Amino acid sequence: MRITCPLCGSRDRREFHYYGGAVYAERPAADAPPEAWDGYLHLRDNPAGETRDLWYHELGCSAWIEVTRNTVTHAVLSARLLAGPERQGRSARSILTKKKPNSGGKGR
Amino acid sequence: MASLLELTPCEGLLPVTAGGVTLAELPPALITSIAPFEAKQAAVARVLKSLGLGWPRPGRMIARGDACCLWSGRGQAMLIGAGAAGLEGIAALSDQGDGWARMRIEGAHSEAVLARLVPVDLSPAAFGKADVARTALGHMMLLIARTGGQAFDLMVFRSMARTAVHELTVAMKAVAARDNAT
Amino acid sequence: MRVASRGLIDRGAPVSFRFDGREHGGFSGDTLASALLAAGVRVMGRSFKYHRPRGVMTAGPEEPNALVTVGRGAAQVPNVRATVQEIHAGLEAFAQNCWPSLGFDLMALNDLFAPFIGAGFYYKTFMWPRAFWERLYEPAIRRAAGLGRLSGLHNQDHYEKAWAFCDVLVVGSGPAGLVAALTAARAGARVILAEEDSRFGGRLLAEDAAVDGLGGPQWVARAIDELKSLGNVRLMARTTVTGAYDGGTFGALERVGQHLAGPPADLPRECFWRIVARRTVLASGAHERQIAFPMNDRPGIMTAGAVRAYLHRWGVAAGRSVSVFCNNDDAHRTARDLAAAGVAVAALVDVRADAAPSGDFPVFAGARVIGTRGRRGLREITVASHRGTERIATDCLAVSGGWNPALHLSCHMNGRPVWREDIAAFVPGPDSVPGLTACGAAAGIFSTAGAFADGERAALAALDALGIGAVPAALPEAEDQPTRIHPYWQVTGVPGRAWLDPANDVTVKDVRLAAQENLASVEHMKRYTTQGMAPDQGKNSSVAALAVLAEATGRGIAETGTTTFRPPYTPVSIAALGAGGQGAGFAPQRLLTSHQASLERGAPMVEAGLWYRPSYFPRPGETTWRAACDREVGMVREKVGVCDVSTLGKIDLQGPDAARFLDFVYTNTLATLKPGRVRYGLMLREDGMVFDDGTTACLAPGHYLMTTTTAAAGPVMRHLEFVHQAHCAGWNVRMVSVTEHWAQFAVAGPLAVALLDSILERPIDDAALPFLGYVPVRAMGVAARLFRISFSGERGYEIAVPARFGAALFRDLVARAENLGGGAYGMEALNVLRIEKGFLTHAEIHGRVTAFDIGMQAMISRQKDCIGKAASQRPGLSGQQREQLVGLRLTGGSFGAGAHLYNAGDDPVAANAQGYVTSVCHSPTLKSHLGLGFVKNGRARHGERLRLADPLRATDVQVELTHPVFFDPEGARARG
Repeated sequence: MRITCPLCGSRDRREFHYYGGAVYAERPAADAPPEAWDGYLHLRDNPAGETRDLWYHELGCSAWIEVTRNTVTHAVLSARLLAGPERQGRSARSILTKKKPNSGGKGR
Repeated sequence: MASLLELTPCEGLLPVTAGGVTLAELPPALITSIAPFEAKQAAVARVLKSLGLGWPRPGRMIARGDACCLWSGRGQAMLIGAGAAGLEGIAALSDQGDGWARMRIEGAHSEAVLARLVPVDLSPAAFGKADVARTALGHMMLLIARTGGQAFDLMVFRSMARTAVHELTVAMKAVAARDNAT
Repeated sequence: MRVASRGLIDRGAPVSFRFDGREHGGFSGDTLASALLAAGVRVMGRSFKYHRPRGVMTAGPEEPNALVTVGRGAAQVPNVRATVQEIHAGLEAFAQNCWPSLGFDLMALNDLFAPFIGAGFYYKTFMWPRAFWERLYEPAIRRAAGLGRLSGLHNQDHYEKAWAFCDVLVVGSGPAGLVAALTAARAGARVILAEEDSRFGGRLLAEDAAVDGLGGPQWVARAIDELKSLGNVRLMARTTVTGAYDGGTFGALERVGQHLAGPPADLPRECFWRIVARRTVLASGAHERQIAFPMNDRPGIMTAGAVRAYLHRWGVAAGRSVSVFCNNDDAHRTARDLAAAGVAVAALVDVRADAAPSGDFPVFAGARVIGTRGRRGLREITVASHRGTERIATDCLAVSGGWNPALHLSCHMNGRPVWREDIAAFVPGPDSVPGLTACGAAAGIFSTAGAFADGERAALAALDALGIGAVPAALPEAEDQPTRIHPYWQVTGVPGRAWLDPANDVTVKDVRLAAQENLASVEHMKRYTTQGMAPDQGKNSSVAALAVLAEATGRGIAETGTTTFRPPYTPVSIAALGAGGQGAGFAPQRLLTSHQASLERGAPMVEAGLWYRPSYFPRPGETTWRAACDREVGMVREKVGVCDVSTLGKIDLQGPDAARFLDFVYTNTLATLKPGRVRYGLMLREDGMVFDDGTTACLAPGHYLMTTTTAAAGPVMRHLEFVHQAHCAGWNVRMVSVTEHWAQFAVAGPLAVALLDSILERPIDDAALPFLGYVPVRAMGVAARLFRISFSGERGYEIAVPARFGAALFRDLVARAENLGGGAYGMEALNVLRIEKGFLTHAEIHGRVTAFDIGMQAMISRQKDCIGKAASQRPGLSGQQREQLVGLRLTGGSFGAGAHLYNAGDDPVAANAQGYVTSVCHSPTLKSHLGLGFVKNGRARHGERLRLADPLRATDVQVELTHPVFFDPEGARARG
């Protein structure tokens, strides 16, 4: 399996550390209800088909990347930096105050 | 007061030669990791330019004389062989000079030797002069740069110098043996 | 028997070798099989189940019968295909699966009981009594089972692994593969041409066919010369592409040294390649299949193509009087070529009534072979035709039931082959492996001219996908016979066993039995009969077996389908897959700068992750580790000890938001830390469990140095990067590991200050460097960092210098410590010192404990959010029901970590467990055995006595629950 690191290019899977579903990057607000935290921590979709997950280019550039791949064909469809340009500009304060409800309870 | 004896990471291990490939330790050098602070990327690049270098794109190095600046990861570069004066306050600077074992592998079969241990395409077409990769040497973290037609500079953690030399030496001998076997 | 002036062997280079203890001769270029055939050796092995004599059946990697063991002792390799092994001086090979000898095999008795030991025999027979399964049946069956034996000795041979990259990987160098490689290479693509044979050319070496007016081998040589001259082609002979994996990655096994007499010492035996290809052309050819007819397994019965290959490639006649049995035109060539070479052709038997072969030999059209004779080698066949039944003397029968494309790689990623009625064969399904195109015989195109054209087509498609422009070149001229075949799988209506899978002794009857017993799916049939489960993995038998199954179940072949072909295509030695992982290559060794000095002091090393750390430093007269450890502990408590603590992770954090970031990753507040001060921090995982702990020093405003435990250095770095990149990428903080740059030594004990003062430019000033303080210093002319922290409970410091000075500083510190009555201490003493103080390591922070469990719930700040805070507040992660950190004390006796604790009087069973022990030591300071552990509601139970039972160590004692800090609970010694 190969993953195209947005910084390093196409690399063998062994350079990466796998971290599970991409929703783990969407942390609930500190005071979000327990269901949101439960969903965030413990509940994951297990689709037959397209899925997004997190990989860390550990033996590489140290970037965390979100990989879109297909669990049926094993095709790696795309990869983007978790802290890419679209996230880089995010308000530094937003993380501790955002109230966006998490998709808790969605996937089982 | 007596001063302390200095030892290089590959003291007593190198150089090694096999089949026209030589692995040698590079002389100790000042190494500073540079991570520009928010919105200071351009300022950092300007200072590096004034040193005759510059901020390298991912996967590249910029060299001038004995000094060079290697991209070494997300938002990070290594300044080797030059001081980081002028970068204080606009980039996080950390001394790294003692943390890495730096070696040069040189010779016609150096690419073949590295193909035994490094999981990236190091052919000239894919990895030309001044190209840099952060990758693996066996199970070890590796920073590699092509510094010549048949020469690569390798950086591994200092504590792993002995393992790195061992693995490279085994690969060098195996590649050399193929020449002798035909 | 050699045929004069034929073959690509070097008759000027004779080679002698041994098979089964007997000396034989061959020529350079021979395989073991061709040399043995030439020498008249017909029996090369015994079959798996019935131990029937078997001869070589094929001339390639699909060989089911001629499996031998090569080499002796540790170097012995079983199940080597004699058709692949090249001979060399000194080669020693042995027949397998026979005892006492290949000629007389006792287990051949099995053959007499064949009617009783058909498919499912074991399942049906060895059912009862149940008690016999493990003690009787299994050992007996296991002794009889298996093919070939390992030596049981440590493998001393060198194997290697390597990477290769290309634009176009061409698998196979027959006509299709060569043209594909030429087309791609001429267009400038980086090409790898992998050929499993020792020579390039595929079937062009095995046929007598002209290409562009040249002989096949001559044309091949010209093509290879051109490929070499282009400079962008890597030619890999003796390299079998064994697996297709995700992302254009292929596994390939190269035989590097097995064909050499006296290979250089450093030469690997095999190299396992990981080839990364942007596009792949599968030109792997085809395997000829047998027809199932009674007693079709005798030595001398071979595939028709193999008989031609032995003639043209190796100059060997497979028999003195050869006959042919077939259902297609291609096999007629075997008869023609043999006759042209002067080998007698006894008969050509074609099942098709309209077959009209030309040649000077007897032809039986619309006929069948219905029986054979010859126990140790074919003597005679019985042919049934419209003329009646005839017995024909022959010592070799060349059989062809058609050709199966070698499409295995196309199935490795779940691709299913497609049945083509017109050629009676499965071909690769479209897009079965992304980026892979099959061509030539592998795609069901069997003529040479067709293969040339198809190879070019496949290469042009690959180039087009890569955006590389290419113009089609003139194709070489060659024969272009259409495929004429009549599907024919088995001779029916006559008695006698008809083998489908000779390797595993599976017959037509076995497959029919499976169908009859409703094991009618092809996957069930395979597992029930073991068809296709031998080393050849069904290459010779799968299609025929499923055709028989289709007939037995009344379904079509397409509907019946194939079993799943999985990697590897041919066997790969575990030694090649694990190459580089033996001995020192198993894992990198991380060595401290003090490593050599510790070894010189006799310190045994203990592994801590990848690090090697000194366990203890024995002195003369100390005969046990305990003696050294006790002394070292006393040294630190009373004088001064020196310990290398460089393995702790050191992460440099800088930036205006660094303090804020620390507050987010640690439970407690770090933002208030002033320059020159150090604070202990507790880090949680997001699920509320304790992740790591360590101290953080503020080196300057906005500049912090975090330390992690040795074990968690990597994971913590990964975690910090995640938190930053995922949750707060905009925060102005930068982090980098500086672990390797610094050598850091703990100097601990009442005389620590005296020792350090002797090397520092300015003596230690308690006001400037209080407990949990930091100052930059100069020591022996070197800029250093000095921290006042303690993991021993004594007044302690840690001094850090750039690693190049580490070795010298360690020696110096230890020498000075010894002058003060102290010395170096190792991991054992470090562990005792920290247990006496109740300090934690990952023995306690093992991933299932919360801050509450270790009594640090107060460290979770109420003022701010942090990673893990929300989860840590969940009910269930605190409270009386939790197992809480306690101290355990036992005077007079010992116990071990892992033991469980029970209420006095309770049975020591899991249901009654109150907790468990995580760390233990003998404390020379307190003269008792101490432990740390977790006990339900433990903090409220100090003073209670619990039963500690450890059946593994036969321990059953009463221990006292205490506060986890056994020694100096006020911390006066460290702070003072």
